[in-house]
Amino acid sequence: MEIDFQGSLQTGFFTSRMDKMLGWARKYSIFQYPFVTACCGMEYMSTACSHYDIDRFGAGLPRFSPRQADVLFVVGTISQKLAPVLVQIYEQMCAPKWVVAFGVCTCTGGFYDNYATVTGIDHIVPVDIYIPGCPPRPETVLEGLMLLQKKMQNQKQEI
Amino acid sequence: MEANITLQKIQENFENDVIEVHSRFQQDTVVLASSSLLQVATFLKEDPELQYNYLMDLTAVDYWKRKPRFEVVYHFLSVANSFRLRLKVPVAEPEPKVDTLTSLWPGANWYEREVYDMFGIQFTGHPDLRRILLYPEFEGHPLRKDYPIKRRQPLIGPKH
Amino acid sequence: MFLNVGPAHPATHGVIQIRTELDGEIVRKADVEIGYLHRAFEKHCEEATYTQCFPYSDRLNYVSPLISNFGFAAAVETLMDLQVPERCNYIRVILSEISRLTDHLTCIGASAMELGAFSVFLYMVKAREWLYELIESVTGARLTISYGRVGGVKADLPEGFEKECRAALKKTREVLKEVDELLTGNRIFYDRMRGVGVISASDAIAYGITGPFLRSTGEAYDVRKAFPYFVYDRFEFDVPVGEHGDNYSRYLVRMEEMQQAIRIIEQALDSLPEGPTNVDPEGEIIEPDLMSDLGKYGKTSGLLKNEVLIPPTLQGSEKRYHDRVAAPSKEAWLPPKEQVYSNIEALMNHFKIIMLGHGLRPPEGEVYFPVEGANGELGFYIVSDGTDRPWRVRCHPPCFPIMAALGSILEGDQMADIVPTFGSVNMIAGELDR
Repeated sequence: MEIDFQGSLQTGFFTSRMDKMLGWARKYSIFQYPFVTACCGMEYMSTACSHYDIDRFGAGLPRFSPRQADVLFVVGTISQKLAPVLVQIYEQMCAPKWVVAFGVCTCTGGFYDNYATVTGIDHIVPVDIYIPGCPPRPETVLEGLMLLQKKMQNQKQEI
Repeated sequence: MEANITLQKIQENFENDVIEVHSRFQQDTVVLASSSLLQVATFLKEDPELQYNYLMDLTAVDYWKRKPRFEVVYHFLSVANSFRLRLKVPVAEPEPKVDTLTSLWPGANWYEREVYDMFGIQFTGHPDLRRILLYPEFEGHPLRKDYPIKRRQPLIGPKH
Repeated sequence: MFLNVGPAHPATHGVIQIRTELDGEIVRKADVEIGYLHRAFEKHCEEATYTQCFPYSDRLNYVSPLISNFGFAAAVETLMDLQVPERCNYIRVILSEISRLTDHLTCIGASAMELGAFSVFLYMVKAREWLYELIESVTGARLTISYGRVGGVKADLPEGFEKECRAALKKTREVLKEVDELLTGNRIFYDRMRGVGVISASDAIAYGITGPFLRSTGEAYDVRKAFPYFVYDRFEFDVPVGEHGDNYSRYLVRMEEMQQAIRIIEQALDSLPEGPTNVDPEGEIIEPDLMSDLGKYGKTSGLLKNEVLIPPTLQGSEKRYHDRVAAPSKEAWLPPKEQVYSNIEALMNHFKIIMLGHGLRPPEGEVYFPVEGANGELGFYIVSDGTDRPWRVRCHPPCFPIMAALGSILEGDQMADIVPTFGSVNMIAGELDR
């Protein structure tokens, strides 16, 4: 039997399946770049280690080079002094890329509303998932991660 | 009551420079004219009976509207005798200036940079007086009472 | 050659930049740049009331937040000339030492991970998790606890704490033994650590370094021994000292300090006093929500004589509210919430302490209170002008002088030695930059 590739491209059947497949592959092989600055780093450690075991979600391997990573975990307060560094790291990452704002300091600035801090990293980089909490419990982080996976699965995939 | 030796000795040796002495909360405190800071610090460090070998902390306080406006606060510790001493040096505007202690304690270097960064107090003779916690582009000195807490000077991004 | 390490480098926990000048593999000059996590702790404290400063003080040293919490509380208490009850002091000692354990576990785990011993890191975090669960059962939070109060602590220990604590300590001891076997005699670990990052005792003192970093050089200064606070003078413990002032000595000192911390906790648990209680022992035990409901309906007669059990944490571990962990002075101590909801005196007391324009008002003056933090002497210098807000709060961060000395320590070592040396500093950006 001959498959009508041309036809299925036009109807969109083939590409939508392709999207699903890529999404499935991407969501279970998250290479994260932990940009750890502050208190939330402690909970990030707890999440990554054996007790809560982030490896169950295919996100067990942090890459410490932004070129190799596809999810940027911004963990902890970002100060004005640090903001250019964060933007540079974001720009160095290859598409497709996602950003997770870990902890309330990165979401809104939290109670650090002063001359030195950035009130929410979405002022300087686009954010996909916000995980609130000061710091968020590991369970919250895992839920955020699952939401990110859902988002990865359902979005239109860039190739 | 051993610790009172320190106050006694300072008063004996630097009679004219001591402005005030007290030990509230059992914490010995000396208020000193800034001109003799270096001599007193050397004395504290080298006197065989006192041996203040630690410069534990160095900070400043901005008493806004009081004259002189600033006070540089030193905390010394003598491990051998378990003495602590607080030394306060009033510094006036418009050009607050104090001698550096880096020649006696290299650790004073960063503390003085921090005080310069936060209060704008100059340390004469400091080898490398530049901002430490904030970035060079920052204008003003945030721990002064007239600096509003929310005045942002972002390097990048909107001013919120 | 010039090489930049950081601010975003996998081996720098927390953000810091080390600008190095290299000659081949040898570091000729290292310039350390800090301030990437400056969050204006001191400025915020000037804007906040004394009670509101506690959450900020949690986030100074976020690996051992309880120590900075209690340090700040003790500084304000000195200013107000308050005496806290025995039991409260014991609780503070126990929790401070648990915090010291979590701090050293994280430090050794992380620095071992950077030398390739990843399993050590996993073991250490596993042990830390048990201690976090313990802290959570007491304070209600894992990390940023805000448990200290001026004149006491937030609440008493939960029921069954002693048993849980002993069990967790026993397990932690096993982990420590395991790690000791893995690392202490390990050839690779030994060669990477011995003779690297050396500092002499006189240099350390000149820089004002305290804590394990100082003790590794042979100086035995420890605030808990030299200026005993809380009730540390009642316990037997040793202050371990090293010989060489290198990374390996610091590792050994930290390992031994954890054993001593466990020793202190066990002694404190043995002698934990019961203390006075205002609750009538004949009163029956009722649910706290029922008690506050009765109070709202005005049925207050005899209500205060009842003993209530409150579940303060998500896990529902129960503890009795007591005045035995609070100073008798009503001007400082926040009354328990059940009383606030059920009688007018407590409500007014609460109002007077919490509302803006009232609040705690220490007399005019200044005070410096040192405690032994996990990295060294952690001091709070507070200037009060008699109002409800501190005029100035200064935190003396223990790792600040160490970082000031780091540049000169690194000089002459190899490029790859930056990583273990920096790991042994145990830099906590939150307290370094404040």
